[in-house]
This record gives sequence, structure tokens and C-alpha cells, in this order.
Amino acid sequence: MDFFLEIVVAVLLVAGSLMSLIAGIGLITFPDLLSRMHAATKPQVLGFLLLFAGLAIHLRSWILVPVLVLAWGLQLLTAPVSAHMIGRAGYRTKHVAKETLHVDELKRVISTHSEATGNTGAVTRIEGTKADETENS
Amino acid sequence: MIETAVWIGGVMLALASIACLWRVFKGPSILDRVLALDVILLIISSALCLDMAINRHTDYLLFVVVACTLGFIGSVTVSRFVSDQRNA
Repeated sequence: MDFFLEIVVAVLLVAGSLMSLIAGIGLITFPDLLSRMHAATKPQVLGFLLLFAGLAIHLRSWILVPVLVLAWGLQLLTAPVSAHMIGRAGYRTKHVAKETLHVDELKRVISTHSEATGNTGAVTRIEGTKADETENS
Repeated sequence: MIETAVWIGGVMLALASIACLWRVFKGPSILDRVLALDVILLIISSALCLDMAINRHTDYLLFVVVACTLGFIGSVTVSRFVSDQRNA
């Protein structure tokens, strides 16, 4: 039983570290901010789950489990929020390659919003960014 | 068994952190750099987990919890700042 658990722990630790390696390779090879974001969240959720499970099994203590669940749940809660903020800032500052997108739902929302209320809010801001870029270039 | 696994995992984490540092150096925008630095923080937390596993202690558990929060606060703050700066 002990030997079997050791094998499980070894596999979990190696797999959890592999997720970080995958994120690094993805950060190097992917061409675009959004696809890099997709690669960067691999160690955040699955990698930590594997590592924490390996750690808890290796130390054989139930006292650890609530703290590890807290750390993992914190990651699970904060990962989408920070990804949303980064993606939003990337869309606003034109770091998203539009030609690689199959569906651009935000564009449709922005155009409906501008038809309904005139050029206010986000639309004005985006046009301001465009104007700034043409002035700079 | 565990030692071998931790060595393999450590090498993987080292390669991953080198890749992230390369992206921080190269990254076209500040958002790419923030993303890569966030991943570096995750790699540090993973390395702490490996260290706790091989040395059989729980001293770094609190830092792993804190690092999760720190990465979140950092990336949200920087992305908020970027959008404000570019659209002003």
C-alpha cells in the first residue's frame, strides 16, 4: 500500500510540474495575447490540483487538506477575474489579433450600444484610442 | 521514488521559468509581461510544494496561499492601470 501511494505521489508531482512546463512552452510559442492567456492558466488550476493532491497524500495528514483546499479555491476564484481583466485591457488596447477570432461578441455589443445611445462610454474611449494611434503613427 | 519525481519536476519548473523570463524580456505589450510574471509566481509556489514534499514539512504552506492572492492583485491592478492609461 505504501509503495503504491509513493507511485501515486510521484506521478502527481511530475504531472503538476509538467503543467508549468506546458505553460512556459505555450507562452513562448503562441502568437497572440489571448492564446498565451489560455496557456498560462494551465498550472493555475490543474497543476495546483495535482501538486496539492500529491503533497497531501505524501504527508498523510488530513490537517493539511483545508488549507490546500483554501489555496486551490482561491486560485479557482481569482483566475477567471484576472483573465477577464487582462483580456479586456488587451481588447481595448488593440493587443488582440482580430483576424484570429472566429466570433467577436464584444464588437457586436459595442456596435449595438453605440446605435442605442450614441457615441458614449466605451465606444468613445475606443475611438479615442484609434485617434491617438493615428496621431502617433 | 519521490526524490526522482522531485528532480524531474524541478527540472521542468526551471525550464518553464526560463521560458517565462524569455516572454517577460520579449513580450510586445505590458500585458504579456504581467501574464508571464504571474506564471513565474505560480512556478515559485509549485517549487515550494515540491520542497515541502521532499523535506516533509509544511512551513511554506502559508506563502502558497498568499502567493495566490498576490498574483491576482498584481495582474488586476496592472491591467486596470494599462486600460486607463491608454484611453485617457
